[in-house]
Amino acid sequence: MEKKTGTLSLEAVDLHCVRGERKLFGALTFTLRGGELLRIGGANGSGKTSLLRIACGLLEPTRGEVRWAGENIRRLQEEFWRQLVYVGHANAIKDDLTTGENLHVACTLAGVPRRPAQIGEALRRLGLAGCENLPARVLSQGQRRRTALARLALSEGMPLWILDEPFAALDAAAVDCVQNLIAEHLARGAAVVLTTHLETRITAATTRRIDLGAS
Amino acid sequence: MLAALRCVIARDLRLAARRSSDVLTVVLFFVIVVSLFPLGIGPEPQLLRTVAPGVLWVAALLASMLALGRVFAADHADGTLEQMMLGATPLGLVVAAKIFAHWLVSGLPLVLISPVLALQFDVPRELLGVVVLSFALGTPVLSLIGAIGAALTLGLRGAGALLSLLVLPLYVPVLIIGAGAAEAAASGLGGNAQLLLLGALLIFAGAFAPWAAAVALRISVE
Amino acid sequence: MSINWFKYSSPQTFFPLAGKLALGFGTLALVACAVGLYLGFFVAPTDAQQGESYRIIFIHVPAAWMSMFLYVVMAFWAGMGLAFNTRLSGMMASAIAPTGALFTFIALWTGSFWGKPTWGTWWVWDARLTSELILLFLYFGFMALQAAIDDPRRADKAGAVLALVGVVNVPIIYFSVKWWNTLHQGASVNLTKAPSMAATMLAGMLIMAFGFWFYSIAAVLLRARCIMLERERASDWAAQYARTAA
Repeated sequence: MEKKTGTLSLEAVDLHCVRGERKLFGALTFTLRGGELLRIGGANGSGKTSLLRIACGLLEPTRGEVRWAGENIRRLQEEFWRQLVYVGHANAIKDDLTTGENLHVACTLAGVPRRPAQIGEALRRLGLAGCENLPARVLSQGQRRRTALARLALSEGMPLWILDEPFAALDAAAVDCVQNLIAEHLARGAAVVLTTHLETRITAATTRRIDLGAS
Repeated sequence: MLAALRCVIARDLRLAARRSSDVLTVVLFFVIVVSLFPLGIGPEPQLLRTVAPGVLWVAALLASMLALGRVFAADHADGTLEQMMLGATPLGLVVAAKIFAHWLVSGLPLVLISPVLALQFDVPRELLGVVVLSFALGTPVLSLIGAIGAALTLGLRGAGALLSLLVLPLYVPVLIIGAGAAEAAASGLGGNAQLLLLGALLIFAGAFAPWAAAVALRISVE
Repeated sequence: MSINWFKYSSPQTFFPLAGKLALGFGTLALVACAVGLYLGFFVAPTDAQQGESYRIIFIHVPAAWMSMFLYVVMAFWAGMGLAFNTRLSGMMASAIAPTGALFTFIALWTGSFWGKPTWGTWWVWDARLTSELILLFLYFGFMALQAAIDDPRRADKAGAVLALVGVVNVPIIYFSVKWWNTLHQGASVNLTKAPSMAATMLAGMLIMAFGFWFYSIAAVLLRARCIMLERERASDWAAQYARTAA
């Protein structure tokens, strides 16, 4: 990935979000550049997940727009998504496929097919060595979460990571591992957006913080 | 991009193979429904020969609708559908690939079994070709149109019954033309006109339905 | 004179206008229907072949016209809402559906009344009646889908996709059913051909058609007002209206 920290920017312009009858947040604006980490905090139900989904393009804001490198992501569509990794609450893993097959499908759909050796290496990094040929059904919750996060180890080329509670259901060692992955990626000049309740020790050039439901 | 589409089809086929009971249920349903009709209307051969194409087509419609619950629902539940929406390939193409895999698993078996069941109704051998061909052209259209309905009702309560209500009116032209093909062939007119129309419907549906289903999926996932 | 088209595109400004228009069109509808029914049932001559029973066409045919017309209008507004993301368009589409379904039902019911004395059966698988039946299912499907979705925005958009897919299918359905019917032609059923039109008969039908059209506009606008109040109840103008109107 070429270091294009200059042009890399995720901008939220005047975002409003109304879900059902509740107004979750309004007039939200931020800019995120390469090498920066954006932490979104807030109580449960304050709209953190909705904000992340709006940033991905899965949810349409009631008002406002999200821009990537200056252009509205609704117009960029695949061009934007090719540069994005989103790990949401759901693990996006099929129970009937092995962890290796799951990761293979995930990477191919994201546009960067990986060889089995690389997939094995990513699983090993997340502490899942030897689980390659196990169906996801037999894994524990924590192992499944780690399989989902193993995608990150295969996504050095994606300049934007959006992670929703990445540390949920992980033990201390895995939390460390994921934090290292994120820190390495930030050092490469990428941008990361995440929500978490944990106090993280991720070093970044700049850490921004948005707390929803605070006003 | 082709690699991604091949990957999607292979994935869906692999999943269907590992959960083969779902697939077999649809085929068994088709066979059972067709077999129930003679029990309901009497075994008189002339009557059965006349109603055979209609019965086969109605049963195929119902079996297709039953199978629609499998197109998007499972992927929606575990989050893989959202990942497909955030992928590098346009969602319309991914949906087309999924529908194709779905047809291979739920529609093609119906096509292959149809001549056997038609023989049960004493349909003359010359007509079997028309029956199979009408199924081969018509069942993909059923999968394509049904996918739009499945995408619209994703995650809703009572999705099954609602899906039937949405999709059956849209299935009517396929039923009329599909059943009409065998009847026309039986009356000596030849089923070519109907088969060509089915082909046209297939091309039309193949061009627009995946895109409409993709739009519906994005709406349903919001 | 440049018309500011967008002035009335927000529920707040459209609400009072809708009320006034509904009143106006409702009155016109009453007048038109009264004149049309009088022409149809008292003035138009008795038909040589069908006697008095043909008079049902003064209700049946305009109702059938409205059922199809309203479906297209509904699909139009739904499409507008989907394309331009306007709330009011979606509300209009939702408001039209029940009236459209009503006219479809009236067309079916009166068609069946026509069938009984003319062909001896209550239901006849004529191309028009069969297509109307499927159109009724299309309306029901639209309403059921919107009822099943809690979030109004998702309901509007999903209904729009369904309405647009349906509107593309309506000609296909109609032609396939017509073809099926002519292929399987038994007795020469011909509900489509009204008795050769005397001028008064044609006038009566057209006036009834206008009457139904004005009624539809009035009913749809009134229903749209209810939908607007319901959806926007959190906003100031709606709360204000609720206070003053109570």
